[in-house]
Amino acid sequence: MTQKKKKTIRMIPQARTPAHEQDPHERARNFLEVNCGYHVEDALLEAERCLLCPEQPCVSGCPVNIAIPDFIQRITEKDYRGAYDVITATNLLPAVCGRVCPQETQCEGVCTVGESLEPVAIGRLERWVGDLAIKEGWSNVPYIEPSGLRVGIVGSGPAGMACAADMAKAGCEVTVFEAFHEAGGVLKYGIPDFRLPNAVVDAEIGKLEQLGIRFECNTLVGRLFSIEQMIEEMGFHAVFIGTGAGYPSFMGIPGESLNGVLSANELLTRCNLMRARDFPDYDTPLQPGRQVAVIGAGNTAMDALRVCLRLGAEQVRCLYRRSRAEAPARAEELHHAEQEGIEFQWLVSPVEILDDGNRNVRAVRCVRMMLGEPDESGRRRPVPEPGSEFEIEADMVVYAIGTNANPIIGQTSKLRLTPRGYIATDDNLATSIPGVFAGGDIVTGAATVIEAMGAGRRAARGMKAFLGLRDTDFVYQERPAGPAATLFGIDRAEHGYARVRLPR
Amino acid sequence: MANATGGAGYEVVTRQDFSDVTFLLEIRHPLLAKAARPGQFVIVMAHEHGERIPLTIADFDRDKGTITLVIQAVGKTTREMQRDLRAGSRLHGLVGPMGEPSHIGKAKKVLCVGGGLGVAPVYPQARAHKASGAYVIGVLGFRNRDLVFWDDKFRACCDELILCTDDGSVGIKGMVTEGIRQAIARHPDIDECVAIGPPIMMKGCAEATRPHKIRTVVSLNPVMVDGTGMCGGCRVKIGDRVKFACVDGPDFDGHLVDFDDLMFRLQRYRATESEANKRYDENCRMRNPEAAR
Repeated sequence: MTQKKKKTIRMIPQARTPAHEQDPHERARNFLEVNCGYHVEDALLEAERCLLCPEQPCVSGCPVNIAIPDFIQRITEKDYRGAYDVITATNLLPAVCGRVCPQETQCEGVCTVGESLEPVAIGRLERWVGDLAIKEGWSNVPYIEPSGLRVGIVGSGPAGMACAADMAKAGCEVTVFEAFHEAGGVLKYGIPDFRLPNAVVDAEIGKLEQLGIRFECNTLVGRLFSIEQMIEEMGFHAVFIGTGAGYPSFMGIPGESLNGVLSANELLTRCNLMRARDFPDYDTPLQPGRQVAVIGAGNTAMDALRVCLRLGAEQVRCLYRRSRAEAPARAEELHHAEQEGIEFQWLVSPVEILDDGNRNVRAVRCVRMMLGEPDESGRRRPVPEPGSEFEIEADMVVYAIGTNANPIIGQTSKLRLTPRGYIATDDNLATSIPGVFAGGDIVTGAATVIEAMGAGRRAARGMKAFLGLRDTDFVYQERPAGPAATLFGIDRAEHGYARVRLPR
Repeated sequence: MANATGGAGYEVVTRQDFSDVTFLLEIRHPLLAKAARPGQFVIVMAHEHGERIPLTIADFDRDKGTITLVIQAVGKTTREMQRDLRAGSRLHGLVGPMGEPSHIGKAKKVLCVGGGLGVAPVYPQARAHKASGAYVIGVLGFRNRDLVFWDDKFRACCDELILCTDDGSVGIKGMVTEGIRQAIARHPDIDECVAIGPPIMMKGCAEATRPHKIRTVVSLNPVMVDGTGMCGGCRVKIGDRVKFACVDGPDFDGHLVDFDDLMFRLQRYRATESEANKRYDENCRMRNPEAAR
């Protein structure tokens, strides 16, 4: 790599390169992808905007520490395959993460360019590279020396996929168990196609299969066999649990059992995974709402709102008890939802769901809220405004106010849990059973895709230490070869180069 | 993608028809047969475009490595299964066992009540209670003599068996609640009642046992998608609490269940269900039946 003259903020294209998007009116009625991404010329232009600053705050802002300036530089050098190699050294799913990461609070949020201009569109560049790799059929299948060790992964969502990939690269025979009939977890059942097409998820899963990872669907671990049985009877040397936190919360207000009230999880699973939107070609039903109220303003709420719009609802409202500034959704999703005509009612909280006399929803009675003193999350606590109750007409109410820990693993194993039902782990994500690790939402509570992937990778490091495998994070990274980088032909970055299994 | 039985799909090894709407499928799944306990259920997906339907496990045979389901062809999916599935067919998806197993072994004298389709899933409970040393009284309800099935299997594991038919063509004339009344009159020391069947029947059973303060367990089968606690569609009111039938149940204290709420919630997708049924009637060759095998 040749070091060019140092770039300054004045030399770079000042405006962020926009991504191609479907027209809001058109897209609000279809399930095609909203953000159509970059063309090559867009990517080249945007890549120019990276200053390649020495501090590289973006790298530490990324939960999996992608070498961001490095891959962007490869794009400017038109070494696209090289850019893909840099990203996949730490992140196996660039096409997914480029689409669903909350970049504004991660890499882009700390970008040096962002101090004076709009930050570099790192997410769009990552996605462009990921999509190109899918189109070109690139994959990085390293030479893997089998270690003879078997690893079982429970849950095929982002945490499980990330852990599976790292363990497969370390030479383990990896099997991923999934309760649904298709692998992918929240990427499949939760995130809708207009944000993350299922074909992209399948392409990324295909790459994991090329690493030798086996996916076993229709397998409910805990009930079909227990975690203890995996270790004691089924011959797994280590197990990772990434079952997520999908146990939806309701508010406990009157009227929640009326027909037309459902969780965002149910709505999204029916629509996305079960393809109820293509009823009757697919058998799963979904009674579409005409006037929909979605409670909550996170990413799941945005997905639910926009799905309802696409299913043909006339009016879709978001009810959130805080203001727009506190809404936890990714900035782009909120913006897209507003563009598509979602009506936002900020500082509003439901107190009762009202009946039409036939056990169907007629309306939601709400109360207006005011923002009081900051609470423990640092956000201002909403307090009800006395005497401000009013009704909003609705025939469908969707709850997107968060989830709790899935109880199945807790019910069926002796794993130590936290008081709230999540799996208790140490810093290396090891659980109370030796050889069993856990990560993602089932440990931390609901979070993002990339945080779950980060947890999966962290657990993989702990697992490798437990199994006595060398840390292969270094081995397959592309680094300049040459006498300085190696000693007797062995990569200097590699500490324990002999494959040693520690006595247990 | 591979699955727990090693091939694509899950093989139907036996089919048996009890009536023009009720049929039995025995499906090969050795791991599932080994893991299944009385009271648990599975989710079945007949083909790639199908819906996921929860079905209580009616029997399991660990030696043969099979589980048995008894299905009533009432909706589009179950009618399609009745039309298409036979020995050698394969199901696209089969997952389980789901739910908490029934608590067996505490009761000394047990009343096992099955109505209609509920006759099948109460069988493993009756068998397990008998094996745990309890005195088992079976009460089975059918519309008429022609619809009776599995009375022989029940006779083999019940100390007493009371058959009830609506028209009195076999056994006593009347509903299962009449059978319960007679059983309680003869055995005041019954300490548990297990009732499985349509919600209205389970409600009747719970009311029949309530004055006698007999612990009554019912198995609920509300609308659900995943069966793993994720969709919350199966939430039911138990006393003043809301529970998810798939992970907190499916067994609940019948004296606490809000059956009216359950019955209303079972109607949630009635409009789309009847639309699908109508469409199925109009065009029975909507999809190539071979696709389901």
